[in-house]
Amino acid sequence: MNPLKTFPKGGVHPKENKLSANEPIINIPLPKQIIVPMGQCLGAPADCIVQKGDTVKTGQLIGTAKGFVSANVHSPATGTVAKVDTVMDHTGYYKPAVFINVEDDQWADGIDTTDELLTEIKLDSKEIIDRIKECGIVGMGGATFPTHIKLMIPEGKKAEYVIINAAECEPYLTCDNRLLLEKTQEFLMGVKIVMKAVNADKGVVGIEKNKASAIELLDKTIASNPELYAGIMVQPLKTKYPQGGEKQIIKAITGREVPSGKLPIETGCVVVNVSSSFAIYEAVQKHKPLIDRIVTVTGLSVKKPSNFKVRFGTPANLLIDEAGGLPENTTNIINGGPMMGKSVSVTDFPVIKGTSGILLMSDKEAQPRNTTNCIRCGKCMSVCPMGLEPYLLNREAKFDLFDETEKHHIMDCIECGSCEFTCPANIPLLDYIRYGKARTGAIIRSRNQK
Amino acid sequence: MNQFTISGSPHVHGSESTKKIMISVIIALLPAFLAAIYFFGWNAIRVTVLSVAVCVLAEWLIQKFLIKGPVTISDGSAVVTGMLLAFNVPSNLPWWMVVVGALVAIGIGKMSFGGLGKNPFNPALVGRVFMLVSFPTAMTTWPTTHPLFGTAVTDAITGPTPLSVLKESVKGGMSIDQILASPDMPRFVDQILGNRGGAFGEMCVIALLLGGLFLIIRKVIDWQTPVVILATVFVFTGICHLVNPEMYVNPIFHLVSGGLILGAFFMATDMATSPMTITGKIIFAVGIGVITVVIRLWGAYPEGVSFAILIMNAFTPLINKGFKPKRFGVVKQ
Repeated sequence: MNPLKTFPKGGVHPKENKLSANEPIINIPLPKQIIVPMGQCLGAPADCIVQKGDTVKTGQLIGTAKGFVSANVHSPATGTVAKVDTVMDHTGYYKPAVFINVEDDQWADGIDTTDELLTEIKLDSKEIIDRIKECGIVGMGGATFPTHIKLMIPEGKKAEYVIINAAECEPYLTCDNRLLLEKTQEFLMGVKIVMKAVNADKGVVGIEKNKASAIELLDKTIASNPELYAGIMVQPLKTKYPQGGEKQIIKAITGREVPSGKLPIETGCVVVNVSSSFAIYEAVQKHKPLIDRIVTVTGLSVKKPSNFKVRFGTPANLLIDEAGGLPENTTNIINGGPMMGKSVSVTDFPVIKGTSGILLMSDKEAQPRNTTNCIRCGKCMSVCPMGLEPYLLNREAKFDLFDETEKHHIMDCIECGSCEFTCPANIPLLDYIRYGKARTGAIIRSRNQK
Repeated sequence: MNQFTISGSPHVHGSESTKKIMISVIIALLPAFLAAIYFFGWNAIRVTVLSVAVCVLAEWLIQKFLIKGPVTISDGSAVVTGMLLAFNVPSNLPWWMVVVGALVAIGIGKMSFGGLGKNPFNPALVGRVFMLVSFPTAMTTWPTTHPLFGTAVTDAITGPTPLSVLKESVKGGMSIDQILASPDMPRFVDQILGNRGGAFGEMCVIALLLGGLFLIIRKVIDWQTPVVILATVFVFTGICHLVNPEMYVNPIFHLVSGGLILGAFFMATDMATSPMTITGKIIFAVGIGVITVVIRLWGAYPEGVSFAILIMNAFTPLINKGFKPKRFGVVKQ
C-alpha cells in the first residue's frame, strides 16, 4: 500500500456512519410509472423530444442537450409517454419531466446488455468523448457537470493525470465503495478509457483509507493484469473531510494547487467520479446510455441501510420502502450526504443522475441548535480547506457588503460546510456565505458583461 | 403528504460548543484552585465563590433587566471570568472590593460591549487592573501562605511577593546574589509549588501547567500562544542576565514568578481578545512577553503581565487585519 496522502490545510472529521458499507447492491424493480426530469445536470435542461402517447424503449433518447453545458436524457424504461408535465425534483422546484407508464424492459437497438467484460477499446479519443456526450454522462458525485466538457482538453493544455475521486468523504454514503467492490474490472476499464480520451498516461484512484477492502481489491486486480491496467495506481488517502473536494484531492495526490478561479486542467489533472467512470465504461464499451445508478439509502434509524441499483425517474419513497420504510422520527430527508446534500420536503422526488444517496435524519441529529455570539475562536478559519475567513464572510454577507465579500475571496468557497460543522456558537455560517456567494457572483458576472 | 424540514447544508454538527469550551477552562483551573485552597485555606474559597457569584449574578441582571435580551449565563463564560479575577487578587481582600472588581469585570469589561465575544479586553484583567489602581494598598498586601493542614497562621501576617522583593532590593542597591539569598525570597521548590506570597491563583506553577496542558490536549487553546510568551520572556530576561548578572536575575526566576504562567495559559489565550491566525497569535505572544519584561525590569510595578495582555488586546483587531490565513490556490508570481 502506498503511504497515506492528504490535503494540508483545514478539514474536519465528522462521524463516518458508513452503515451500508457491507450491503451488496440490490436491483430495484421498475415501478409502474417513472418520472424523468429533463434537467438532470448542472446547466440547461434537455429539450424534450417525445410527446404524450409515444412509445419509448429503454435507453432511447428522449431529451437532447440544449446549449453547451447540458446533457442528453434517455428513457430508463420501456412504455408509453403518459404526459409531459412538471414534477417537483430534489431542488424543491417544479421542473419539466416526462411521465412514462412502464410496460416492459426492452432495450433500444445497439445496446449490449450482457455482463461480459470488454477490455479492447476500439474507439479513439474523439469518438470516446462523442460517445460520452451521446450517452448523457455527467459527474455523478453530486455536481452533475457534463463529463464530455470536462474531457475536452483546451488547446495548449495537457492532461497528465486522470484522478478518480473515490474518496467518498461524505459520511453515510457507500455507493462508490460498493461499485468498486462489485464492478472492479469494469471500473478500472472506465479509468483506462478516460486516460485514452484525454491522452494521459497516469491514472490515480484516490481513495480514503476507511475503504480498506476496496483498496486491497483494486491493488489485487491491477496486479493480476499489469499490462491491461498499465499506468493506473491506487493512492490511499487519509480519512478527512473534504478529501473528495476536487481541488483537495488534486492537492493531496499531486501536490499541485488549482489557482483561484481556474479549472483543474491548469494543474494537468482531470478528475472523474467512480460512478461516472463505471458509466463511461458502459457507454463506450456497451453503448449503454446513462439511465441508472447506485443510490445509498441510509440513516441511523433506517431498518435496512442499503445500496440500490435504481433506474432514473424512480420515486425516492420506493427506495425508502425497500430499506425498511420511513422511520417515524424522520424530520429531514437529504438528497446526498449530510455535509453537502440538499434537504427535500417530500419523499416522492425522482432519483436522477446526481442522486448519490437518500439520507433520513431525525431531529436529534439534524435540528438546528441555538445560535449564540461568535466568540472569535477562529476555528472556522483553521478548518477552512480554502484558507478563507468564514466568520468574516458570514458577517459581510449578512450586511450585504458584497465589495468586501469579493475582496475576501468569497468566490473561492467550495461550500464544504466544515466551518459551520465546527462552529462552537452554532452560527449558520454557510447559509450566509452561500447567499453572499450568489449575490457576489451575480455582481461579478454583470460587471464582466459590460 | 409528509412535509420535512428544509435547511441548508451541512446537516450535521460537530460536538464543539461554547459551553464545552468554558467547562474545559473551568476544569483546567481546578488544580490551581485546589493548590490555592491548600496554601491559603478557606479564604481562597471565599474570594473565588464570591467573585464567581457576583460575576454570574451581574451578567444575569444586566441581560435580564438592562439589555432585556436572552440570558446566556449558562454558557459558563461568567464563571470563567469570576475564577480568573479571583485568582489574580490577594486571598485576604475585603469582600466588598471583590464585589466591586467583579462588577467592573462583567459590567464594564464585558457587557458594555455587547457580551461574550464582543469585548475587546479580557474582562477579568479589566476588573483586576481597576482594583489595582483603585485599592493599591489592599491589592498589593499579600498574606503569607499557611497550609490548610499545617500550623495555623492568621491572615494578618503579610509578606511581599518575590517580584516585589526583587524590585525593591535592586532599587536599594543590593546585588542579585544577595537578594536571592535573603530570607524574604522563597526557595525555588516553593516557587514552583506555590508556597510563596502573591495572588492565590497564580502561584502553583505545576498546577497551572497541568491545566494548561489539558487545554492544549483538548484543543481549546493553541500551544503557540503560551509557549511563545514564555520563550520571549526567557530569551529577553536571559539576555539581560547575561549582560549584567548583578542587576538582572536569571530567566528561570522570571518564568516561575508572578502571574506569568496563569496569564500565558489562561488569559492571553482568551479567544475573544486574542488574534485568530497562528501567525497573529505568535506576534501577539511576543508582544506580551516583551511588554511584561519591560515593566518588570524598568517599570513602576513589580509585575506587568496584566498590563501586557491588556495592551496587546488593543492590538488584536489590527493583528487580525494584517495577518490573514494563507489562501489555497494563490499563484506565485
